[in-house]
This record gives sequence, structure tokens and C-alpha cells, in this order.
Amino acid sequence: MARRALSVSVKSGIGAAALVVALIVAALLAVVSRAEVGAGFLSSDWAAIRFTVWQAVLSALFSVVLAVPVARAFARRRFRGRAILVTLLGAPFILPVIVAVLGLLTVFGRSGWLNVVFEAVGLPPVSIYGLHGVVLAHVFFNLPLATRLLLQGWQTLPAERFRLAAQLRLTPWAMFRTLEWPLLRQVVPGVTALIFVICLTSFAVALTLGGGPKATTVELAIYQAFRFDFDLGRAALLSVTQLVLAGAAAVLALSIIPSISMGGGQDRPLRRWDALGGAQRVQDTVVITLAAAFLLLPLCAVVLRGMAGLAVMPPQVWAAAGLSLYVAIISVLVLLALALPMAGWIASGRTGGTEAIGLLGLSASPLMIGTGWFILINPLMNPADLALPVTALVNALMALPFCLRIMVPRLRDTLQDFGRLSVTLRLKGWPLWRWVILPRLAPQIGFAAGLTGALSVGDLGVITLFADQERATLPLQMYRLMGAYQMEAAAGAALLLLVMALGIFWVCDRGGRWHAEA
Amino acid sequence: MLRLEGLEITQGDFRLAADMTLKHGRKYAVIGPSGAGKSTLLGALCGFVPLAAGRLFCGETEITNADPGARPMTMLFQDNNLFPHLTVLQNVGLGIKPDLRLTSEEKARVEAALVRVGLGDQMTKKPNALSGGQQSRAALARVLVQARPWVLLDEPFAALGPALRNEMLQLVQQLVAETGAGLIMVTHAPEDVRRIADEVIFVGSGRAEAPQPAAALMQNPPPELKAYLG
Amino acid sequence: MKYLALAATTTLAATAAAADTPELVVYTYDSFVSDWGPGPQIEKAFEETCACDLKFVGNGDGAALLARLKLEGTRSDADLVLGLDTSLIAAAKETDLFTETAVTADYALPIDWTDNTFAPYDWGYFAFVHNTDLTPPANFKALGKSDLKIVIQDPRSSTPGLGLLMWVKDAYGAEATAIWEGLADNVVTVTKGWSEAYGLFLEGEADMVLSYTTSPAYHIIAEEDESKAAAIFDEGHYMQIEVVGRLAGSDQPELAEKFMHFMVSDAAQSILPTTNWMYPAVMPSGGLPQGFEALVKPENARLIDADKVPALRDEALAEWLGALSQ
Repeated sequence: MARRALSVSVKSGIGAAALVVALIVAALLAVVSRAEVGAGFLSSDWAAIRFTVWQAVLSALFSVVLAVPVARAFARRRFRGRAILVTLLGAPFILPVIVAVLGLLTVFGRSGWLNVVFEAVGLPPVSIYGLHGVVLAHVFFNLPLATRLLLQGWQTLPAERFRLAAQLRLTPWAMFRTLEWPLLRQVVPGVTALIFVICLTSFAVALTLGGGPKATTVELAIYQAFRFDFDLGRAALLSVTQLVLAGAAAVLALSIIPSISMGGGQDRPLRRWDALGGAQRVQDTVVITLAAAFLLLPLCAVVLRGMAGLAVMPPQVWAAAGLSLYVAIISVLVLLALALPMAGWIASGRTGGTEAIGLLGLSASPLMIGTGWFILINPLMNPADLALPVTALVNALMALPFCLRIMVPRLRDTLQDFGRLSVTLRLKGWPLWRWVILPRLAPQIGFAAGLTGALSVGDLGVITLFADQERATLPLQMYRLMGAYQMEAAAGAALLLLVMALGIFWVCDRGGRWHAEA
Repeated sequence: MLRLEGLEITQGDFRLAADMTLKHGRKYAVIGPSGAGKSTLLGALCGFVPLAAGRLFCGETEITNADPGARPMTMLFQDNNLFPHLTVLQNVGLGIKPDLRLTSEEKARVEAALVRVGLGDQMTKKPNALSGGQQSRAALARVLVQARPWVLLDEPFAALGPALRNEMLQLVQQLVAETGAGLIMVTHAPEDVRRIADEVIFVGSGRAEAPQPAAALMQNPPPELKAYLG
Repeated sequence: MKYLALAATTTLAATAAAADTPELVVYTYDSFVSDWGPGPQIEKAFEETCACDLKFVGNGDGAALLARLKLEGTRSDADLVLGLDTSLIAAAKETDLFTETAVTADYALPIDWTDNTFAPYDWGYFAFVHNTDLTPPANFKALGKSDLKIVIQDPRSSTPGLGLLMWVKDAYGAEATAIWEGLADNVVTVTKGWSEAYGLFLEGEADMVLSYTTSPAYHIIAEEDESKAAAIFDEGHYMQIEVVGRLAGSDQPELAEKFMHFMVSDAAQSILPTTNWMYPAVMPSGGLPQGFEALVKPENARLIDADKVPALRDEALAEWLGALSQ
């Protein structure tokens, strides 16, 4: 019954996908065109590749392994404030890296809260620097994502099964084996793969918490090849390596990466009759408390530190905040212009392979795209004049795979449910989007826009290549404050950045749910 | 007049053949066992199911390859006949113009249709705020404004209680009588056939039989239909 | 979309206005142009004398500056580059993008300045900065043996990091590897640039940070905080001399030359100590600002000839990577 039921034009979708590929390939070619011959890998590059893969593997494993008990605890507990807590625990994922590192250091640093407590009780201090620091930071960012995806999986279990389990008086262990284990086996590989890909392209985290040259990621090696050695050939080679590595992992994993659903975990949890016993109750309480402490304390640290700084923040910070907001808005617009037609194309197709193009954005080095476009733009005009559009574009590319994952399933359902009705009503082209797709997808669009805006507002990547005096975004301004010994003001800027990232997400997410029904 | 000329539908192992002429303004019931292909037949008429062979004519015009939206028929599905995010008024308005840019005359037509089906005071509500019966009425109001020569029903009232279903079928009967449209409806209930249908199309063992007068057929069913009716 | 159009119009308007007065574009590092750096004051002071529009373009740090210049090649909009240091001069000259200058001055540098492409505008000694409640080690060997924690910068991405590399190499030669191996367990982390390193130090993440002997001046003058000091090492201290040079492709050669003269004049030199927190290259008529007299002064200044840096750098970098990667 599928023929002609799908009436979304695929032309614009293919066009958008082609544009994404072209943007990346053009940048790569531009870099290669300026490369000198004889470029090859250094032994340190191989070390960087090994470290990159290893830390990504560890980060993904820890994130998922820790997320299982957290998701399980949230799935079987109902308490006041659960929905708010689940939402708050999602915050680290959209937190600007520069802000998160500040928060993590305040908690886990050498003179951080944790070590103060350790010292008081006579324990030796712990160091956050090194491989374990990188993994800690990645777990901090991705535990929320993993928890959310798992919790979402948990909630797909029909209520009837729990009723059946209650009638059969299954023990917690039997419950786990018959209901939860099959679910985990289905969801866990995809979640792990997704986080692995995200961590592969890590840059800023490895930079600050890596503890030395042994913790060099490929992205960091690309940065050094570009900025210090000015070895464009090696930079291009490393970029391709990263593209292939992350791209291959992503494509292989694509079939098992779960879709990101809306409001995962915010729905009313199912009534369950298992795990009412005291031991499990205590266990779940401990797990939730620990997760909340791990994820929320660094946020609290940023807030506490920033309060004092807000007062001494120079007016330029506000101007930079305005500019960042502007970049975020453009990023969101660019993203929607790319993601909506692409989602339409992917949702109309029978195979999911096309979605891999979206993942290109995540696996391409932002620095490579930035430098490539710098080379392309330079003969035509001053690249600084295009600093903000290029930054917005790169940010949109980075967010594209997440947003496709968010939008495609809903769009697929919409076409499934209302495709035939739309066809009988001759709805196609703009009216189809206007009256059917956009309203049906409003919550997903809001969620995706919020994610893009939040990720974009905190990005400190491409802008540093292009920016001049007048065009500093908030993260760059925060960085400049640090460069001018203004640590207190920088902490204020960090708080502002935190508020903006969460605020943008909240506004978009809320906006999307406005009036959204059914 | 709707002419099915050597129609053949194949989907994997499933096969269905049909060869018949349906007269405009008549009411046809499509009956047959589950999985025999009743919905598939309607889907093929509407252009949702591809034809393996055969041609389809409406009057003298061939519509074998016409777009579903361009065929002289409108169909109510088992579910999802209304967009839940649009108001009743908008849902019905889409039946006139897909971009919803209605002239005041067209708006009046929409409102009149809604008044006709008894939803004059529910126009600005969204489908979820309506009862099941009211939702069916809203969908019928759209069928009314679409004013196509043929109306196809694929059991849209299956989820309603018996009384409500009767009410809806009565409304359908009145509407097609008013507009002079032909009706093709899938049903499971012999009493529906007796109440409404002029003729019956029996679908079974890979064939859609040519229509036969309802009253005579139901009184004296051939063995296969007899087995189905039990 | 309106906003976009508005932004475009503003840019156009700005370009149109600039066409009337000559525009002088100076590429420099980020912290120079920041509102707390020398940029705004230098710009104001120079524009009073030049009837031109001076435009600073900030770009990471010294190393990033050179990368951008190479990327743009002869098409660069820049008339001058300000902020390269002695470690980068050889690499900069290799690009053939720079041209000679006639600037000379009575430099207050610990060495003779003979280069006629670049003019120095300020300088400082690299040093480890610490809190005064700490008794600092006397040299790299003592530091290596201590259990003090230090933060340093990556020599591949920052000029202080490269300076430290040269410092150790110059002081220890073939022994440099051993020194780095000794320091490996003291290094808490290696940061991309100076800002992160100094930030981590102020956060209490390390006992000492690689910076300049002049860094405590900021705390003394701007914050009236005397709790920071620079440690004097008996190997002597490596110098950083920051320079300005003009590009051959400049469309304003006279104006660019004028700016170079301005940078070593009293007007600019009196601004630099309390904005860039370095020693002025030429002693201003008013002398050093109050607070600078409290700074420690190394007796022995070290500097490797600019043309010897590239070869040494590769060797030293390999030693550094080897020692810190274990």
C-alpha cells in the first residue's frame, strides 16, 4: 500500500544532502590544493589515532554502563520532581565545553570540592588530568544522552508485560532476564556506537584535561597541523582519517543507533509492581542521588562561581552575548533549511542509508571545514566578513545528524498515518509542509532547534579562525577575558553562557510543544 | 460509470482480479472474508495500490495512471481521516483547496457542510475534542464539500457502537442521495448490506465478482458467500 | 531575515566610510586586541596622528598569526603583523612576505637588536609564577626532583610553550631530554595557550605556571595583590621579544612604516607595560610604572639566534614529545 502514499518532494532533500556533501568536500579539496607534496603521517599521528579510538571506546562504554542503572532506577521509581530531575540531568549534553570544563575542575580539580572532602577525611588527592580525565568529561557530557535513550527504550515496554510479570510474581532477577535484558541487548549497541562517534571528534576536552601530548586526539593533531606546523597536507590527511574513522563507525552503527525521541522519560512512568522491596528502593535512591550529584554539582559550581563575576563583567560581554545569540539563530535557520528537506527525503525512502550523509557533518573536522572555506573565500572577499555565517553553517552541520535522528521517525509516522489522506486531498509542496508536516513535527523541530541553538552558542571552533576585533562571540570573549587575567569576569561570562545555552534550548523546546497535540 | 477492465493486483503471493462496470449513483457493498482483498480493491480504485494489469475508466476517461488526488473519487479510511492538529473547519476546508486559501463563498460552503452534518457549533474545535461520532461527521462533511462522483468507504465506522454506526450509515445514505454520488463501501455486516446496498460485490478466492442485486443475493447466496455469512 | 539585511547594510556602510580615510590593517594576537589589552589605546593614540583608520585583527596567538598569514599569502589584507616573537622570526622571513624597515631606536633590551625586518616593541623573561607562600626551586633540576605541580603550554600551539622548549634546550643542550623526563611527573597538564594555563594556576590547579617575570606586575598594579611572584632559576631565563613587521604586499607602505616608528615611540611604549604586562622595548620618558620595581630580574638572559631556532625546534620538540608521552 506504499505506492504514491508518500508525497514529499525528494528533490529538495537530495539538494540539501548534496549541499552538505559539497560543503565538506569543497573544503577538503581546498585544503588539499594548498598542500605541499611529501606530506605523510608522523609517528605521533599514529599515537593520536590510537589514543582517539581508545578514549572513545572507554568513554562510550563507561557512559552506557553507568547509564543502565540510572535509567533503570528512573524507569521504576515515581517521585515528586522526577520529570524536572530528568530534564535537568539532560543539561550537560548541551553545555558549552569551555563552561563544563570550568565546572568539572571546580568539583574534581586539584583544589576542587572532591579533593577538599578527601583531604578532610584523610584520603589521598585524585587528579583529573590524563586519560581518565578525558573519559570523565566525556561521561559527564554523554551520560545524560545515554540515560535518555535507554529510558526511552524502557518506556516502550508495554504496561501489560509488567502486569503479567506481577501476576507471575517474577523475582527482580527473573524480571531482568525476561523483560529488561532483551531490551538492553536491543538498545545498548546503538547507544554505545553513537557516543563512540561523538567522542571520536573530541577536541577541547582532550586539550584541557588530557594532561600532555600523550592525550592528543586526531582533531587536536589537525589543529596543530593547521595552526602551528602549517602542514596543510598532513592536516588534510588527518581530516580524511577522521572522516573515514568516524564515518565508517557511524555508517556501521547507523542501523543500530536508536532514534532520539521527544520527552524521553518525562512521560508518566508505568506503574510497576516489582522492585517494591527495601533493597531495590535503597539501591535506586542511591543511584539517582549519585547521578544527580555527578551531573548537577559541576553545574552548581559554574553558577556559584559566576554569581560574583556577573557584577564585574564588562559591557563587551553583553555585546558578545548578543552576537552569539545571532549566530545561534542563524545556525538554527540553516539547520532547519538543511534538515527538513533531508528528513523528508529520508523518511520517504525505504532504506535508511541516506541518513549517513547527515553523519558526515559530525565526523568532519570543523577546523578543516573552516580552513577550507577560508582558503576558498579569501581570494573573493575578506573572510572576517563571513565569520558569522560560516560559523553558523559549521555549527548547523555538527548538529545535523542529531536533528535528523530526532525528526525522521516522526516524519515517517506522519507520512504513514496521513500520507494517503494528504494524497486524496492533493496536498503537496508547500501546503503539505504548511498544513501537515510542520504542525505534526512542531515538537521535534523545537527540540532540534533548541539542541542546535544551544550547541551553537557555546561553540569555540571556527570562529577563532575568522574573527576579528569586532566579531567576538561569547565563548571567544570569555576566552579573551581569561587571556587578560580577568578570571572572575570570565566566570561570570561562563554563567551567562550556561544560562544562554539552557535558555535557548528551553525556549525552542517549549515553543515546539506549544499547542502541539496528539 | 466506473469500468474495471481486466484489473489484476499482485502483492507477493496475493492475487486479486476484477472485471466489472459500476453504475454512477448506485450503492455497492463489498463483502468477503478477511484478507480476501476488499481494502486492496478500494485502494486500487483510488490509486494507492499498483495494478499488475488492466485498465480503469471513469466514463470515457482512462484513469489507470491518474494521481489519487486527481481521480473522481474520495475515500474514507479505517482511521486517520482527520488531521488532529487542524480544526474541524480547516480539515473540511482542505477538501476544497489544499492551500486553504478559501474565498468567502468557499468558506460558506464549508460551514454549510458542517451545519448539514450537525457540527455547526463545533467548527473551531480540534478532532480530539470531539466524540467518535462527531469525528466521523466531520470527515463526512469533507466528503460533502469534495463533491466527487464516487465515495469509497473502507469501514470508517468500524470503531463505533452499533447505534452510532447506523446513524452514520444513514447520514452517508442521505448525503450520496443529495449529491447523486455513487457509493462503494466495504463492510462485514450483512444487515448493512440489506439496509443500504443496491448491489453487492463479493470478494473471495482471488476474484472480485461482478456486482449482483443485493436483496436477491442475500436471500439466496451462492455456496462461497454462504460459507462466509455462516 | 531583516536582521541579516540590516547587518549587511551596516557592513557596507562601514566599508564606504572607510574608503575616504586610508585603512591600516594590523594582524595581531587575540589578547592584544581585547578590551583589556593595549589594542584600543594604541589605536586611539595612533589615529590621533595619522588621519587614518587603524584596524587590529586578532588571531589566536603568535603561532596562529603566522599560520593565517601563510594561508592568505600575498592576497592578505594585512599591512603589518604585530606579535611574532624571536622564535618565529625565521619562519616568518621564510615566507618572503615581509619587507625591510628603517626603524631604529635606543632599545632597552638585554641584547643588541640587529634585525632590519622586524622592530621589537616589548619583551619579557619567561619564568614560573607561583604564590609567595611557596619556596620555589632554584632551577629545572630542583623542580624535577620536587613534587611541585606545574602547568605549561604546548610548544606546538603557543609561543610561551615554544619559549620553554628553547629555554631548556639552550640551558641543557644534549641533557634536555633528561630534564624533561625529570619534569614529566610535575606537569599537571599541557594547555593550548597561555590563557588556559594561567587560568588553571589561578584556580589552584597547579603550584606554578609558565608565564613571565612581569606577570606579578598585573596582580600588584591592577589588583593590589602581592601574593604572586616569579621564580628565579639559576640557569638564566629565556627571553621573549615581541616584534612588529610590515608586509611587502601592503597598499599603504608609508603609513605602515609610520606605524612601526610609532610602536617604538614614547606614546606607544608608555601604554604597553600596564596593558600587555611586558617590559617596554624602549624606556618611556616617565620610566617604568610603579609596581615594576618590585619584580625580580634575572641576571642571565638567554636567547637563541632566530635563524638557529627552526632546526633546534624540531629536535627539541621530538625530545619533549618523547619525554612527556611516556
